[in-house]
Amino acid sequence: MRASEVRALFAVVNRPEVVSLAGGMPYLEGLPLDTIADTMQRVIATQGTTALQYGSGQGHQDLREQILDVMRLEGIDAHPDDVVVTTGSQQALDLVTRIFIDPGDVIVAEAPSYVGALGVFRSYQADIVHVPIDEDGLIPEALDETLTSLAAQGRRVKFLYTIPNFHNPAGVTLSLERRPRVLEIARRHGVLVVEDNPYGLLGFSSDPLPAMRSTDDEGVLYLGSFSKTFAPGFRVGWVVAPHAVREKLVLASESAILCPSNASQLAISAYLSTSDWKGQIKSFRELYRERRDAMVGALAEHLPDASWTVPDGGFYTWVKLPAGLDSKSMLPRAVTGRVAYVPGTAFFADGSGADHMRLSYCFPTPDRIREGVRRLAAVVNAERELVEIFGTSPAPDAMTDIETPGPDLL
Amino acid sequence: MTYSPRVVVLAGGLSHERDVSLRSGRRVAEALRLAQVEVTVHDVDADLMPMLAEVQPDVVWPILHGASGEDGSIRDVLGLLGINYVGTGPRASRVAWSKPVAKSVVARSGISTPDYVTLPQSLFRELGAQAVMNAVVSKLGLPLVVKPSRGGSALGVTLVQTPAELPHAMVTCFAYGEVALLERAVTGIELATSVIETADGCQALPSVEIVTEGPYDYDARYNPGRTEYFAPARLSDEQAAAVAQTAIDAHKALGLRHISRTDLILEADGTIQFLEVNVAPGMTETSLFPQAALAGGHTLPELYRSIVETADTH
Repeated sequence: MRASEVRALFAVVNRPEVVSLAGGMPYLEGLPLDTIADTMQRVIATQGTTALQYGSGQGHQDLREQILDVMRLEGIDAHPDDVVVTTGSQQALDLVTRIFIDPGDVIVAEAPSYVGALGVFRSYQADIVHVPIDEDGLIPEALDETLTSLAAQGRRVKFLYTIPNFHNPAGVTLSLERRPRVLEIARRHGVLVVEDNPYGLLGFSSDPLPAMRSTDDEGVLYLGSFSKTFAPGFRVGWVVAPHAVREKLVLASESAILCPSNASQLAISAYLSTSDWKGQIKSFRELYRERRDAMVGALAEHLPDASWTVPDGGFYTWVKLPAGLDSKSMLPRAVTGRVAYVPGTAFFADGSGADHMRLSYCFPTPDRIREGVRRLAAVVNAERELVEIFGTSPAPDAMTDIETPGPDLL
Repeated sequence: MTYSPRVVVLAGGLSHERDVSLRSGRRVAEALRLAQVEVTVHDVDADLMPMLAEVQPDVVWPILHGASGEDGSIRDVLGLLGINYVGTGPRASRVAWSKPVAKSVVARSGISTPDYVTLPQSLFRELGAQAVMNAVVSKLGLPLVVKPSRGGSALGVTLVQTPAELPHAMVTCFAYGEVALLERAVTGIELATSVIETADGCQALPSVEIVTEGPYDYDARYNPGRTEYFAPARLSDEQAAAVAQTAIDAHKALGLRHISRTDLILEADGTIQFLEVNVAPGMTETSLFPQAALAGGHTLPELYRSIVETADTH
């Protein structure tokens, strides 16, 4: 099944009859929309000529200072000049890749990895090499082996792309103990670390872990975002980079978009200075924890033969299907069964991952999550019967297109 | 005052082909607006019936691919409401929607269609998959085409070259539906011939010839550049006339109305093989029907308007 076919099947997910466990959309009904409306009204009324004007390519000074407050929660100590505001952290990914990657260069990423990043890497003709993970995130020994082997082959590795907290799609978190080891291995191999951290403040049980950037300000490019902790509609993210890289990022961003939206930046700046944003994040954490509980409870009840990660934060669980099932070829059956998920193949550059699927619990209510998993179980059971009859799953795909679902699915 | 029909285009629906339907619907609506037709595009959902009651359209054009859009059920409802609509009635839609039933109907009227067998998933379970597959291969030979007995856009369709590929193809097919059509693969010139009924009567548009590298699958259909089309097809006058007549014969044998697209193969020996027919052919920017219309010298706004006027029996 080709990428376009998978994408077309997703066309049904915005129908109310379908329970979508596919999307990565934050639950914005949890926001105080009235207050935000007042804030935005005030921004235009009092700072309209700035908000609606071109701005700095690096981003608005006030917001960059406030971003430091956000990052301080994860132990990052930086200067406002180190921060480049971007149009979502997706643009930061694009800029970083554009600056560093020549066609054929290698990017090392977790197996699995964020589909939106794989799409960017592929568009700059990077060669993506996956490194396995376990329940504690990236496996340092495997990383070391991979980098050693790539060096022996004479391959040029530009950076390690990692999502240390509440991984998308895997739901796991890089343990505290492994963080310095990963950094040390990257440093030893002369490889930069791109730390993508949109979910770090959305942990369910403990204080945020220190970011990798908090202990290494030369070897780490840090990507942050307001999309998951506040609202993706503003499209505001940022990158923190060492000086030499930062200048290039600003130039690249200016050539791409001139400047990030001033209106969005000032709205977020006003929100941060006038609202209890930490309280809002706390309420999101509670909301998502309840949904995580609904998800893993329903999986245990309805899909006991599968296995899954139990995320301690973020939006996703990564489900391993019973043996022999193929999540991509099962998707049409799921659409018929009125439930949607993202096939695991989306999160690999090499076509693997068909034995997994990503389920998200961020958007549907707990009742809908339970109903979705119940439907999914019926789909899995029907597919399993089929596989038993024919003794096979469908032919493995020769294609390794990265299926990039629409932005509401990332 | 100039006659200006009010039209509701139905697009979307809850099927595997929702995306194609939405794109087709938008295209037709744009063209109709250019022809001064008042158009509303609507999905098939709980708001539809109240909307129809309020708008009281002269004509509904169901551009729904798959499921309720092509199996006749939406057309049944429009009939109940006494609303004129573009396209085939519910009973004939139901016949055309089932590929094996359509094949048997056209075969009875003398049109060639490749040998086939229709098998439900349950049969493979009851009789043992390998035994059934062996019997199919020995009867139909290889290569053969496995496709869901219902549905379009080549979803779930596989060309099987060797016995080892057959189980994979069956699993792919049954993910889309409970019944599979296994058909002897025929080779030749791949053609799509659209038939329209307007004030000028029932006529075939020029056939479109499809040339793909690899299978004419979903990706090849909807991604510009993967497929080369020739409209009109590179046929002799006699061949073109024979193909057109076959499409018209199939349209009539199946009791279709206003618009249809028949997919055919012209074999090297001149035999024209009927594959399937669509009562709601795709109308996207890469679809076959609009290409045929343009090749026939029509402009889409005028043609779509005249189809609407034919359907408007007020």
